[in-house]
Amino acid sequence: MLSISNLHASVEDKPILKGLSLEIPAGEVHAILGPNGAGKSTLSYVLTGREGYEVTQGGATLDGEDLLALDPSERAARGVFLSFQYPLEIPGVPALTFIRTALNAQRKARGEAELSAPEFLKLAREKAQSLKIDFDMLKRPLNVGFSGGEKKRMEILQMAILSPRFLILDETDSGLDIDALKIVADGVNALRGPDRAMLVITHYQRLLDYIRPDRVHVLADGRIAASGGPELALELEREGYDKYARAA
Amino acid sequence: MSAAFALTDLDLARLPGRRDEDWRWSDLRGLIRQPVEVSPELDRPAAPGGAFIGLARDEFVFANGQLNDWPQEALSPALAFHLHDDPGAARMADVMPMAQLAAERHVGPPLHILTVRAGETAAIRFRFISRATGTGHHLRLGVMLEAGAQAVVLESYEGQGEDYLANVALEFYLADGARLERIAAADEAESAISVSSAEVHLKPGAAFAQTLLVGGAKRQRFETQISHPGGGADVRADGVYLVGGRRHADLTSVVTHEAVDGTTSQLIKGVARDQGRGVFQGRIVVAEGADRTDARMGHHALILSDRAEVDAKPELLIFADDVQCAHGNTVGRLDEDALFYAMQRGLPPEAARALLTEAFVGEVIDRVEHEGAREAARTWVSERLGGG
Repeated sequence: MLSISNLHASVEDKPILKGLSLEIPAGEVHAILGPNGAGKSTLSYVLTGREGYEVTQGGATLDGEDLLALDPSERAARGVFLSFQYPLEIPGVPALTFIRTALNAQRKARGEAELSAPEFLKLAREKAQSLKIDFDMLKRPLNVGFSGGEKKRMEILQMAILSPRFLILDETDSGLDIDALKIVADGVNALRGPDRAMLVITHYQRLLDYIRPDRVHVLADGRIAASGGPELALELEREGYDKYARAA
Repeated sequence: MSAAFALTDLDLARLPGRRDEDWRWSDLRGLIRQPVEVSPELDRPAAPGGAFIGLARDEFVFANGQLNDWPQEALSPALAFHLHDDPGAARMADVMPMAQLAAERHVGPPLHILTVRAGETAAIRFRFISRATGTGHHLRLGVMLEAGAQAVVLESYEGQGEDYLANVALEFYLADGARLERIAAADEAESAISVSSAEVHLKPGAAFAQTLLVGGAKRQRFETQISHPGGGADVRADGVYLVGGRRHADLTSVVTHEAVDGTTSQLIKGVARDQGRGVFQGRIVVAEGADRTDARMGHHALILSDRAEVDAKPELLIFADDVQCAHGNTVGRLDEDALFYAMQRGLPPEAARALLTEAFVGEVIDRVEHEGAREAARTWVSERLGGG
């Protein structure tokens, strides 16, 4: 599914990613842990095509297609979804309108028929219910005045409705209490499947108790410093990132 | 006809220009250098059209400054429409020179007055059509709401020609407890010069709300002068300008609080693209003794190209002690973070920009009370911003 090879990227001419390689096959969930400043968020922005993140070497493909040649909306239409660490507030656009516009833009880009308003409402209602989101909240401008936890849940709702193939969760656990965390994790786990893959970026092991990864990678100083099974996350929890930071 | 010229040699010298403080960003004198002949009268009723089509029971069409069509026998019993022989001269002539010119140069009867009878409710549509090329026309019109009357007035400015001068002067009188919502949509030709001046007089307990939707022209100005009596009267003076190409739009307003206990709220949003130029001049005056006035003014603009321009002059002039007044003014670009967010969810760049721009303007549209007009206003904005 996703293949990253020798990726180098800079922000304002400062190298952040320095030769990162990673293979995430379909059906797998990979977690990336790492200290602050290791390049975790940069990786998520490079993969989604944010302006200002310049790839200087290497590449990334999704099912063999060069991801980096596409604009952010084209990547989204191919199924790349980033759950933001800090979801944006969009004043003046009701959440429902925003999500429907996004979904139909994606469908149009893929040559699929757009969803009618009743079809969409049915889908949104169903997904909101499963994530315990008050449907009335979806009539309010997206994320405006929402708590941190509500914003994260709104990300997962969008994920559930847009049904992406490759999911990137950037610090999705931050700002969540334990109940909200469970709801979010359930929502994410519901999307696990043989045709999907996920990259879970996190600071702490805690999220991984709920979203069990197949593989765990340590990102330090812009490259993968170690890879292993779920036990690696537990080891990091005990011993910290020091030895990787030193090695880097 | 009483005059062959819409503007004579003598008038040219009286046109407001860059040396006039309130007109320095919307110079007319430098633009109109030759006398302007009067636009011809239309010989048949204008075809249906305009931004608020179908939304009002009573519709008055003015073409090239002259009454072209109106309901006559079918007029709502809530209304009376008559000519006023005494032009009452332009009381505000010194502050609204174009209104003064309209009073003097307007062809035909001096002043049409539409009255909404006491306690009655009405939905009224005015269409101001300009079907002229190289000529000019003036129009004066008064709207009077008797005590307790309620009305919505929907104005569409419809340009169907080139290089014309359209000058409309309106007067609104609201008696005690009357409520008026005015919504205007201006779609003039890009080569036109268009001025619409309105003076608004309220009695205590009255409420006046307006939303101006202005698309610009070679020079376009909407000016509103409101005398606010306090005494529980309420004013909302909103507007949107969307200028692209080489269009220019100027929203100027003065609200003068003359006595205690008045409220005013103003929200103006603008979007300037290409080489468009937006002008906002908003002044709220709180006269001595007009205590417990609550006045809020906001002007926010987006500049979407390097060659677009927005000039803003928000002013609060406060001569009373016990008042609550605030103003905010911002001019900026679309939020790049929000743009990326929308694109990440699948919106192509242009669609993302249109969505966010519409949302930016939408805050003004949401404040329109009349439901049909609100949706028409939303459509007006959406069509001009190229969104879906």
